[in-house]
This record gives sequence, structure tokens and C-alpha cells, in this order.
Amino acid sequence: MSSSISFQLNGSMVRVDEAGDEPLLFVLRNRLDLKAAHFGCGLEQCGACVVSIDGQARYSCTLPVSALAGADVTTPEGLGGDPVGMALLEAFEAEQAGQCGYCISGILMRVHALLKAQCRPSREAVVAALDKHLCRCGAHGSILRAVERAAARLGGGA
Amino acid sequence: MDNALPKSLQDNPELGRWVSFDEPGIVGIRSGKVELGQGILTALAQIAADELLLDPGLVALVPCDTDRSPDEGITAGSQSVEVSGASIRIAMAQARAALIDVAAARLGADHAGLSCRDGGILLDGAPTGLDFWFLAPEVDWRQHVSGDVPVQPVGAYRAVGESHPRIDMAPKRGGGGFIHDLSLPGLLHARVVRQPFRLARLANVDDAWLQRRHPGIMVLRKNDFLALVGPDEYGVHAAHAEADKFTAWEEAPGRWRPAETAGETVIRPGTVPSSPGAAGIDVRYSRAHVAHASIGPSCALAWLDAGRLTVWSHSQGIFPLRAQIAGCLGLELSAVRVIHAHGSGCYGHNGADDAALDAAIVALELPGQPVRVLWSREDELSRGPLGAAMSAGVVAEIDAAGRVASWRLSVVSEPHAQRPGFGGHVNLSSAEALDSARLPGKVEDLPAAAGGGAARNAVAIYDFPGQQVTVRLDTRSRIRTSSLRSLGAHLNVFAIESAMDELADLAGADPLDFRLRHLSDERCRAVLEGAAEMSGWPGSHRAGEGRALGIAAARYKNKGAWLAAVAEVSVDEEIRLERLWLCADVGLVVNPQGARSQIEGGAIQAASWTLKEEVKVEGDRVPAFDWSAYPILTFSEIPEIETRFIVDPARAPLGAGEAAQGPVAAAIGNAASRALGLTLRDLPLTRERLVEVLMGA
Repeated sequence: MSSSISFQLNGSMVRVDEAGDEPLLFVLRNRLDLKAAHFGCGLEQCGACVVSIDGQARYSCTLPVSALAGADVTTPEGLGGDPVGMALLEAFEAEQAGQCGYCISGILMRVHALLKAQCRPSREAVVAALDKHLCRCGAHGSILRAVERAAARLGGGA
Repeated sequence: MDNALPKSLQDNPELGRWVSFDEPGIVGIRSGKVELGQGILTALAQIAADELLLDPGLVALVPCDTDRSPDEGITAGSQSVEVSGASIRIAMAQARAALIDVAAARLGADHAGLSCRDGGILLDGAPTGLDFWFLAPEVDWRQHVSGDVPVQPVGAYRAVGESHPRIDMAPKRGGGGFIHDLSLPGLLHARVVRQPFRLARLANVDDAWLQRRHPGIMVLRKNDFLALVGPDEYGVHAAHAEADKFTAWEEAPGRWRPAETAGETVIRPGTVPSSPGAAGIDVRYSRAHVAHASIGPSCALAWLDAGRLTVWSHSQGIFPLRAQIAGCLGLELSAVRVIHAHGSGCYGHNGADDAALDAAIVALELPGQPVRVLWSREDELSRGPLGAAMSAGVVAEIDAAGRVASWRLSVVSEPHAQRPGFGGHVNLSSAEALDSARLPGKVEDLPAAAGGGAARNAVAIYDFPGQQVTVRLDTRSRIRTSSLRSLGAHLNVFAIESAMDELADLAGADPLDFRLRHLSDERCRAVLEGAAEMSGWPGSHRAGEGRALGIAAARYKNKGAWLAAVAEVSVDEEIRLERLWLCADVGLVVNPQGARSQIEGGAIQAASWTLKEEVKVEGDRVPAFDWSAYPILTFSEIPEIETRFIVDPARAPLGAGEAAQGPVAAAIGNAASRALGLTLRDLPLTRERLVEVLMGA
């Protein structure tokens, strides 16, 4: 079987033994007890499992954990650890963004990566990023308002 | 409203069934209604807080549990605020009075001087040192709720009417808020290999292949039920993904027999006009099968411990589910407990109940070991019950004055109501895998008192002379259909409101004016006029120029909330929804942000069904599919939405979650037809449908 690997997870080093081809999502949920990233499709189609890897939003449902040696991984549980994440959590609460909430953690991670890269993205850029995520409840409007609120606060704007 | 207690209180009269003060500083409210992502727990907490004169932050909703909660049937039909909310209001008024009673006895004080605030008992406005939690053990909680204690007047509401934030959202964003996140010591993971079509026979399982490729996976087979089980979720998941490589299924002739059903049912007998009208239409509208398409697949946990089976489920009805699990597995009702845990957004009878039976079957085989079942994406989309395919024909005439002279609407629909236990049938997918004879013998539409199923909103709200309405259920197909948000109202309102536009054209009338001339329902007129004003109706676009407004309205179930919609669409290669204006009357709004979220969310989902969604069935089989074959509306396709509520706090609150489905569909259809200068009658309004209509034009 494969050997163990180590990577940075929400600011701390973790080691995963017998990593193999098990996708990161299953490792997070079942071995590391981090349940905020969700299984939605296992096919990179819905975005419910998205986490941040080295600053990029990535689907964790298909990504083998063995590919993550030395990587810097942030899950929704780690969002409170930086100002962009804090601003997003506050904005999503203030706008009561989402309805059932199942898609929200992946969306938070996608927007987190976007806002880290550009602090005042255009609405088109936000929409293009979020087009990789499905929301069945029709909560899109509140989600977009929350992203705009967070961006405005981070960008020092209105 | 009559003086009878709400049904929930009649069924669950004991006061202690509804409230507990076990945890100091917290009032535990028990509702039989469950959170489906619609925010109901928050609304119910607000209602309870107002009757107990508390801050809503002191209220906790206890998870719905067949051992402890009131049995309120199914969380469906936009009834939760109306029925459970009313029940909690009446029960909490009595709870407050009972607590004040024991305080009065203890203090030897007169009732007139006693009051309460945030659980503390006040005498002449001053704290007494007594509180609800101290006094609660002295109250007889077995007393029945009488309805005799006056509830708070509307003017005294503090929490109700405010946009209180959702009480369940933090763990849902940050981890641990869903049934999918539950864990138990020694948890085993299971995946069920589902029948690829209904009543398929499991011809072969190549166990040797499976063991070579996925060593250690436990195979559990009972007739046509097949589960893969193991301690490692990914191992089980990976084996399940290859199920077609080690299983073979075959048709089992003779197993399928269509359920009996009534022939044509007359909803309104109507009258046949004595003389022919000036002009008329004879057309039929249709919609294809629609998938529930929750983002989170169905999930359940089950555990047979010390002879008792506990099941965790995101079912809409844990009490009927318990009865069917017990019956199906030959257990005493008392030997089964079902606890509700939050699932992903739920819009009707989806795979949740099926997954619960799956987990129960596996757990029964593995005593003492908790089992978790999760469905695959493909199974979630294709193997749960679908929203029914249906059609509605309209034969109508207008007279020389441009008024509707006759109207006949005939609905033909697959069943909308095949929930667990309905009609005395199990109605759970794996029940049929265990025993292929467990098919519904007879299927009926939901009764009118429940708003009808296929018949929902089949009666037009307009003042038509001699309106005729009939409904016929079609049970020939093996495709399993059941309740999906608004049931028949989506297509029926689409049909009625599309026909109104076609008739307005014949009459040479503006669609809004044409509706108003047939409409005496004042609250429906108000929402129509509101939406028209918001949108600048009729707009400046001319028919056939590729961009237009469309309007539609309905009263949900003909007895619930009113909603009017104006849609602006543009059409080039496909139909794009640009803007929506919604005007709703849901009576008293308990939580404005929540109500808006329900209305706008419903509108977006309705737009998605209407523009994009169709399950591509093959005969009476549903091929497995994923999101790539079932696109739903995405962020870049979301219209701008403006919503207005006509609010009168003195009017009883009405459910908001389903009111938009029909009117939004029809407003989009009417706008698209106008933009194209054609008439679109078949949903969804996809590009391929558009091409068909253009080729036929």
C-alpha cells in the first residue's frame, strides 16, 4: 500500500497514512472529522465539496489525497483563520445567504479563493466563478449579495 | 376560522408533548414539522417566543422524534406555519398560563399582578425570583390543550414579523449540520445497488470479481435488494461505482401491474354553453417528468440496538415512515424509532424515505452495528420518485364582448401522491426489491381538502360561467412519481394562464385587462395590479421582436397564498429569463427575510423546471443520469428579482413556499410566446422544443 503523506490543513500539519487513491473529501470527512465539505456528486459537477488548495478552489471529491504532499489545504472549518474568510462568514450571516445550506460551504471556498486573488472582482467574475456551483433552493440572489457585501468590506468600499 | 383546534392539537392534545423546560434557560419546543431548508424551525421559534413572552434566542426546537414529538403527519403543502404554527401558538399560551398559575399559588398572589418576561415571573412588574424552569416541575404537563387561553393579540407580536436569523444555519455552513455528518461508534458504510428499472430481477452477482477487485466488501443480498457494506466509506463507494461490472439484471415478465384508479373525476361539473361563442381555443399543455435534484444525496443511518431499531432520516414524515418500515420488516411499531436529522434542500417526496428503509434493512442484518447509507448522485436524480408528467387540455370560447363564455379544463396526470403509507401502500423503493408484489393496488389523487394532487389549482380563479374541470390519473407507466413542490399546480396554472393569454389575443385585449375583467377575488386583483405596477406593464416591446413581458397569477391550492408574476424574457437561440417581478399576499408574514427567500427560491426553481428540466425517460424506464444530462438554472442564468408583499398582519399567515411555482412558469411561457409571436405549450421551453415549434410554425 502507499506510504503516508503530510500536508498543511487549516494552519496545522496533518499526516495521512495509507493515502492511496482515496479522494481528499473522504479523508477529511471520515479520518479527520472535518464535515463542512460535502459530498454532492463525486463527479466535479456541483461544487459542494470544494476546498482551497494552495489558494486555488479545487474539487475534493475526486482529488487523491496522495497528490497533496506538502500542500496548503483550507477547508470551510478554517475560514475563520484569515480576514477574507471572516469577512465572508460575517457577510453570509448578515445576508442570511443560502437556504438549505448544503451548497454554501463549497461556495464559500470558491469565493474565498477569488477574493484572495482579487479583492474587488467584477460581478461577472463572481458569477463566472459561481457558475461551477449548483444551488437547488434558488438562493442565488442572497449568495451574490453576501459576496458583494464581503468584497465591499475587504476592498474598503461602501 | 372556526373554533375547532388545529388538527395537530386534536391529534396530540397533551401539553407536554409540545414543550419542555428540562434545560435551564432554554425552552424546548417540539414540533412535528421538520426543517427542509425552508427555515420553518426559525419561524416556529418566533411564534413560540411571542406567546411565552421570551426572546427567540431562548427557544430551541427539539429534533423531531417519533418517541417524543407530536405526530403532525407530513411536512408538506405549505402547511407548517398555518397548522403547526397555530398549534404552537395555542399550546404556548396555555403553557404560559399554567406557569403563571403555579407562580400565583406559590406567591399567594393575585393573577392580575403577575406577568412574565424572558422566563422570569414578575409581580407588579418586579422580579419574584421565580422562573419557568423552577416552576415547570409543578405544572401538570399531561393536561390537554384546550384552546381556552387567549393567544396574544397581533399587536403584541415582537418576534413575529421580524427577520430573525435562521437558528440552524451556522453548523450547516461550518460543519456538522446535516444528517450526512452524523457519526456513531463503529459506523459501517453501505451503498445499495438499485434496480436499474422498476421491478428488475437481480439475475447475477459476480462475487468473485467483486472480491478480487474490492477485497473485503461485504455483500448483502435479499431477493432483488443488494447492498455493499464495509467500514471504509471510500472502499464501498468505489465498489458501488462499478456495480454494473459485477451485477446483471433482467426483466421479470408479469411483475408489473398498473394500479387501479378512478376514471375521469369531475372536479367541477360546469355547464355546456347553449350557443357557440365568437371564437375559441382547443389546445393542450404539458410538462415532462421533473427530478427533485437535491444537491445532497439521500442519506440515512440505522442501528439495531438491544432489539430496538433506531433510524435517522431526513424524511418529510417520520411517523408514516416508521409505520412503513415496521410493517415492511415485520417489526412491532414500538420496536422502531425514527429521528429526523436535517438533509439537503427538500422539495417533496424524494429519496429520503427510500434511503431510510435501505439503512433499516441493512441494520437488521447486522445487529448492534450502526449503518449509514448514502445514495449516489445518479441514484438521487433518477431512482427516487419523480415529479409527475402531465397534460392539461383547455377548450374555451369567448363571446362577442370579449368575455370567456365557456371553459373546460381536462387534466391527465401520473400520480402526485405516492408517499409512504398513502392508500395503505408501502411506497418505498426497496420494499419492492424485497418483494415484487408490494406494488400499490389502487392509487387516488390527494383529496380536495389537501388541495388535490393532479387537481391542484385545476379550477381557475376567474369568474367563468359554467367552468368545467375534470381530472384523470394515468397509472400505466412503471415510472414512480409522487409529490414535488406544488404538485399539479405548476402545470395547471401554466395551462390556465397560458390559455388566458391565448384568449386575450383572440379578444384583442391586453392580458392584464383581460384577467381583471374576469376576476372578482380582490386579493388576486391586488397582487396582479401590484406586479403590473412594479414591472411597468405592458412594457414597450412589441410581439415577435425577441423580448417581451408576460404576466400570470394564481392563488395556491385555491385557498392559500396569492401570487402574481411578471417575467421579462429575451429569445435568440434560447429563451433567457431576464427579470422577474413578484407580488405576493401570504397574509401575516412571520419572518420577512424567510418569506422572501421561500418565494424567490421557489420562483428560481420554477424557472429552472420551466426553461430547462426534463427527465429523458425511455418508455417506462428511467436511465441513470447525472447533472450533465439534467442541467438546472445556474448563477449566470438567474434573473434579477424584485419581490413585494401585500401585508396585512390581521390576516392569518399562509405558506409561501409553493405559491410562485405556477405563476412564474406561466409568466415565463407568456413572455416567451409574446417575444416569439408564437404559442409555446409544452414544458420545458428548451432550445430543442423551441426548434420543434419553429419548424411546425
